[in-house]
Amino acid sequence: MVQIASITFQNTDEARPIIEAVKADNPGLRVMDMPGAVKLDRDDSIVIRRESVEERIGRDWDPQELHLVLVSMAGNVDEDDDTFTLSWSHA
Amino acid sequence: MAAKKLGLKQRYALMTRGLDWETTYQPMDEVFPFDKFEGIKITDWSKWEDPFRLTMDNYWKFQAEKERKLYAVLDSFAQNNGQMGVSDAKYVNAIKLFLTGVSPLEYQAHRGFAHAGRHLRGVGPRVAAQMQSLDELRHVQTQVHTISQYNKYFDGFAEFRHMHDRVWYLSVPKSFFDDARSAGPFEYMVAIGFAFEYVLTNLLFVPFMSGAAYNGDMATVTFGFSAQSDESRHMTLGIEVIKFLLEQHPDNLPIVQKWVDKWFWRGHRVLGLVAMMMDYMLPKKVMSWKEAWEIYFTEAGGALFQDLERYGLRVPKYADVATAEAEHMSHQNWSIFYQYTHAAGFHTWLPSDEEMDWLSEKYPNTFDKYYRPRYEMWREMEKDGKRFYNNALPQLCTTCQIPMGYTEPGDPTTIAFRSSEYKGDRYHFCSDGCKDIFDNEPEKFSQSWLPVHQIFQGNCGGATVPDVLAWYNMNVGADNMDQAGSPDQKIWDAWKTKQEKVAG
Repeated sequence: MVQIASITFQNTDEARPIIEAVKADNPGLRVMDMPGAVKLDRDDSIVIRRESVEERIGRDWDPQELHLVLVSMAGNVDEDDDTFTLSWSHA
Repeated sequence: MAAKKLGLKQRYALMTRGLDWETTYQPMDEVFPFDKFEGIKITDWSKWEDPFRLTMDNYWKFQAEKERKLYAVLDSFAQNNGQMGVSDAKYVNAIKLFLTGVSPLEYQAHRGFAHAGRHLRGVGPRVAAQMQSLDELRHVQTQVHTISQYNKYFDGFAEFRHMHDRVWYLSVPKSFFDDARSAGPFEYMVAIGFAFEYVLTNLLFVPFMSGAAYNGDMATVTFGFSAQSDESRHMTLGIEVIKFLLEQHPDNLPIVQKWVDKWFWRGHRVLGLVAMMMDYMLPKKVMSWKEAWEIYFTEAGGALFQDLERYGLRVPKYADVATAEAEHMSHQNWSIFYQYTHAAGFHTWLPSDEEMDWLSEKYPNTFDKYYRPRYEMWREMEKDGKRFYNNALPQLCTTCQIPMGYTEPGDPTTIAFRSSEYKGDRYHFCSDGCKDIFDNEPEKFSQSWLPVHQIFQGNCGGATVPDVLAWYNMNVGADNMDQAGSPDQKIWDAWKTKQEKVAG
């Protein structure tokens, strides 16, 4: 069975550029709009790149700022200064 | 030249490691007396990894930002009389159930994580448990502050703390947390950190808070999502607990499996209250309980347990039964509350034609066959002036404390009864899941504070329903009974009439 990595954001002005960055960087992403929240699903993994978010908001962005708009997620977390990854694979 | 900024991984290592010491005045086993008796074997605490790598300085920074945003919304909600803008007065009853049933659990979680943090001897989990303990305290405070606006206008909120400790159905969530908090620190972490936070909490916060957004409750959706932003961190703590325990020693697997089985089932039973809130109490519905179960348990839980197979951990026992019950649980729970509306701290009603059609569509296998006829019969009885009240005190399941109203797996017209004998007494259960839990720990569960037993033993204010309701601090005629004719409905109708007049 395919394992789905998932991340849910609040549907707010602050989260929208992050959602856009995730859509651009993750081919095959599926989007579920709920009132007040957006759930993003993808087979196996989802990656959020600092650079992609910064391009959209025009300022420095620390991936830990995710904490302010995150609602839920599924997958194993790997976080460093440049990326935030949710994945089910074990390299 | 300024020193180069440290990378996240280095920063995290420096801020969370080497903070503790081997005690010398007292042996370590005396300082940490609770982390061995459960049988869990830890060989190397330093192997604990926190994938979020959040340090205390950043923790305070982000939490302060979340609070500023939340309180700006709450202020604006109060200033603009947000309570008048929700979809329907009935909606407020879901918030009553949340404040009386769920918010006190946040406080219990605060205390539980403070205790676990104190008693785990590894510094990594101690830092994580400390953050979660502070989060949970923040959650209960923000929930009480948010909901206080509703308390100014609606009944059923004022005595939430008193009621949580006494009212029959509130013993279901209360006893769940009492059970976890009276366990050892590892069981607590698996129970609340893993089984509740990781596997089940999405079902409580995501669809329900989205429901609050859909029903115009800006204040609740804001505290809900503000709390949920901490939840993601709690989820990673929960999964880290499991991986850490299973990687430390093979002997841990059977102990952890038993806890996962137990707490999955306990959590599933508690969330029956949420199932009912989603299917019956939200005037505008986002998704059915069954749909939420498919997304958040079948799909998300499926991926998770597939991942954990490599440790030998299997899907919780009776997960298949829980999935089958998703077809029935909300309907059976709402029926229980309808019958006992005189003893409940919120209002009930029968679903409208439109709502029944929605339920038929969402539950094509069960609603029309088993539940619609019951509601239609009760509607006829109401019309004839014979609204049905159940005046007998129900038999309760000794484990989950829910009235024995659930049906046999695969046979929705027969009530499920299970029982066990312990020291010459017979104990009753609603399901195989609840019976197994008792049979594993009979000395603990035979001491359960069961509301109906306590009433019969004379410990709840007296022998009659009015005596017991007085002991609950229930404002009879305002807090309880049907929505129709309630003071809540009256104030709502008056607001709406005025708004229509102004609108001309």
